[in-house]
Amino acid sequence: MAVADSTSPTGSSIIDLEAYTRPSRSLMADAWFRLIRNKASVLGMVIIFLFTIMAIFAPLIAPHNPLQINSGKGYLPPAWVKKSSSGASGEAQFPLGTDTLGRDLLSRVIYGARVSMMVGFVPATIILVVGTTIGLLAGYSGGRADNLLMRMTDVAYAFPDLLFFIIVMVALRDSVIGRLMNGLFLLFFALALVSWVGIARITRGQTLSLKEKEFVEAARSIGAGNVRIMTRHILPNAVGPLIVAAAFLIPNMIITEAILGYLGLGLRPATDPSSFFITSWGSLLLEGQSAINAQPWMLLAPAACVALVVLAFTFLGDGLRDALDPRMRGTQ
Amino acid sequence: MTAYILKRLLWLIPVLIVVTAITFFLMHAAPGGPWDRDLSSRQVDENTQRLLNEYYGLDKPLWRQYVAYVIGDFNKEGKFQCGLICGNLGPSYRVRGRNVEDILFEPPEGRPFWYSRAGYSFRLGVLALSIAIFVGVPTGVIAALKQNTFIDYSSLLIATIGISVPSFVMAIFLIIIFASWLHLIPVVPKSWDTVQPWILPALVLGFGTLAYTARLTRSSMLEVLRQDYVRTARAKGLAERTIVIRHMIKNALIPVVTILGPALAALVTGSFIIETMFGFPGMGRAYVQSISQRDYSMILGTTIIYALLVAIANLSVDIVYVLIDPRIKLTE
Repeated sequence: MAVADSTSPTGSSIIDLEAYTRPSRSLMADAWFRLIRNKASVLGMVIIFLFTIMAIFAPLIAPHNPLQINSGKGYLPPAWVKKSSSGASGEAQFPLGTDTLGRDLLSRVIYGARVSMMVGFVPATIILVVGTTIGLLAGYSGGRADNLLMRMTDVAYAFPDLLFFIIVMVALRDSVIGRLMNGLFLLFFALALVSWVGIARITRGQTLSLKEKEFVEAARSIGAGNVRIMTRHILPNAVGPLIVAAAFLIPNMIITEAILGYLGLGLRPATDPSSFFITSWGSLLLEGQSAINAQPWMLLAPAACVALVVLAFTFLGDGLRDALDPRMRGTQ
Repeated sequence: MTAYILKRLLWLIPVLIVVTAITFFLMHAAPGGPWDRDLSSRQVDENTQRLLNEYYGLDKPLWRQYVAYVIGDFNKEGKFQCGLICGNLGPSYRVRGRNVEDILFEPPEGRPFWYSRAGYSFRLGVLALSIAIFVGVPTGVIAALKQNTFIDYSSLLIATIGISVPSFVMAIFLIIIFASWLHLIPVVPKSWDTVQPWILPALVLGFGTLAYTARLTRSSMLEVLRQDYVRTARAKGLAERTIVIRHMIKNALIPVVTILGPALAALVTGSFIIETMFGFPGMGRAYVQSISQRDYSMILGTTIIYALLVAIANLSVDIVYVLIDPRIKLTE
């Protein structure tokens, strides 16, 4: 992303001159170099990449069909357990054991990554687009629109997120939208409905301070319109804090999905093997909870996956914050 | 000062109206009603159903029901029945013949309030918050005083994990370690009258706040360490202990107060899952049970109580913050 050399209608001579002096690095390139020097965030990126690959290529990676019922093989412990409390011993073909119906847990966890990664990325994208647009418009135009936005954020902050998600899922789960995409659509919608407010607030704050800067004044003096000023001058300069906020937004979405799934309010259990979303880590936690006495390892794999992905995003987010805002370094 | 507190208190009213309205109308959009015919309960015939609807005012238009729910309404005999503002949350849809507030706040026969569902949750919350503060603050102080040593790094690592890994994942790991492998505690304790079963749920519930408190205390201590007044105190020849306690910790704790509001929100939302996992007889588990039973009036009442709690907590933290730090000016 070229940010430093944004629109300058001053002619090509200056740009040519720059080419002779020294290779200039844009703000983003600079941030990128700082980011990849941070070991923790590189580790985070690798983990996120691996889980994304796992989610996309789940049918190729999973050893079994996640819906295949193996009768008589229910509640098998993981392969390394010689003898469980119920007397069953692990089998090599089911590395993480099986659930009540004898379905392979490893395959189910791999398929579960699809929902969790989607829940991380899709609402976060919607939230970023909506929140940034509204925050930018409110901050730039000020006045009534701005006031309205601030009052909305006040209410949104007073309402604990999770309570709102629970209410929405309970109320609308059995309606038409609640059935779209096995209930995922409603989940995305509920997540996006609340969380755009935070992003809008950040963007608004950035816009408020940026619109008073000299470069905005300069752009306006050479005749740039409002839309151009917002998209080409203010937005690129406000993007740093937004990227950091997004990196922390994604793990929150994943955790929320896991909690809602655990409460039985997440994805509907799929029985159709051709459906893209078979199960989620939250649903797996719910299944594991019902057997916590006899089969505690059913909880282990989905819980570990949630923890790993969330930690990865936190590492990445911390790294991004340090990279994009050098003043914040070492003061976390 | 008084004007500020009054203004904030008044602002609480529209926020609560919006929160109760959203919750109320969403819950009424959900399919089903209190006298539904279902397999689990006694059938109610058409005529009785009509009479019951009339008795509870469910035949009136929805906005009227909302007003009746919040403020109150005259029933058929012309007697005024007070609503939410008097603490009446209406009848439970599933536990026939009992009101929501009785289920939540009424202790079992002959026991003090502390043995009601809300009382149990309150005790667990206080215990969790105490652990978080009394472990978190000293950890942060020690880490800052021993900056860049092994103690500092290890506490920072644990704090990062504690902040990002959600409490229910932590709960799963601890239950598996302490209950399933080491058999130190039962997975679901039979009685909560002794101290021992409380330790693990309280620790898990408070761990996120503990980690956050530790990290914030550390960074705020590091800032205070370099202040001139600390150097002055040293120059005066004060004992190191006096400097740390009187000059450093006292000032370093001011920002820590701000997290108490979010911490309470985290305790509230964390309590659903943690109470369910540990089979704790509190309000959070009652809430989760009411979700799975689709007990709409119970969900509605509990959500409003939680939202109220969080709003009041945030408000009181803001006020306390102003009271303890005279440097903060009340701009708004």
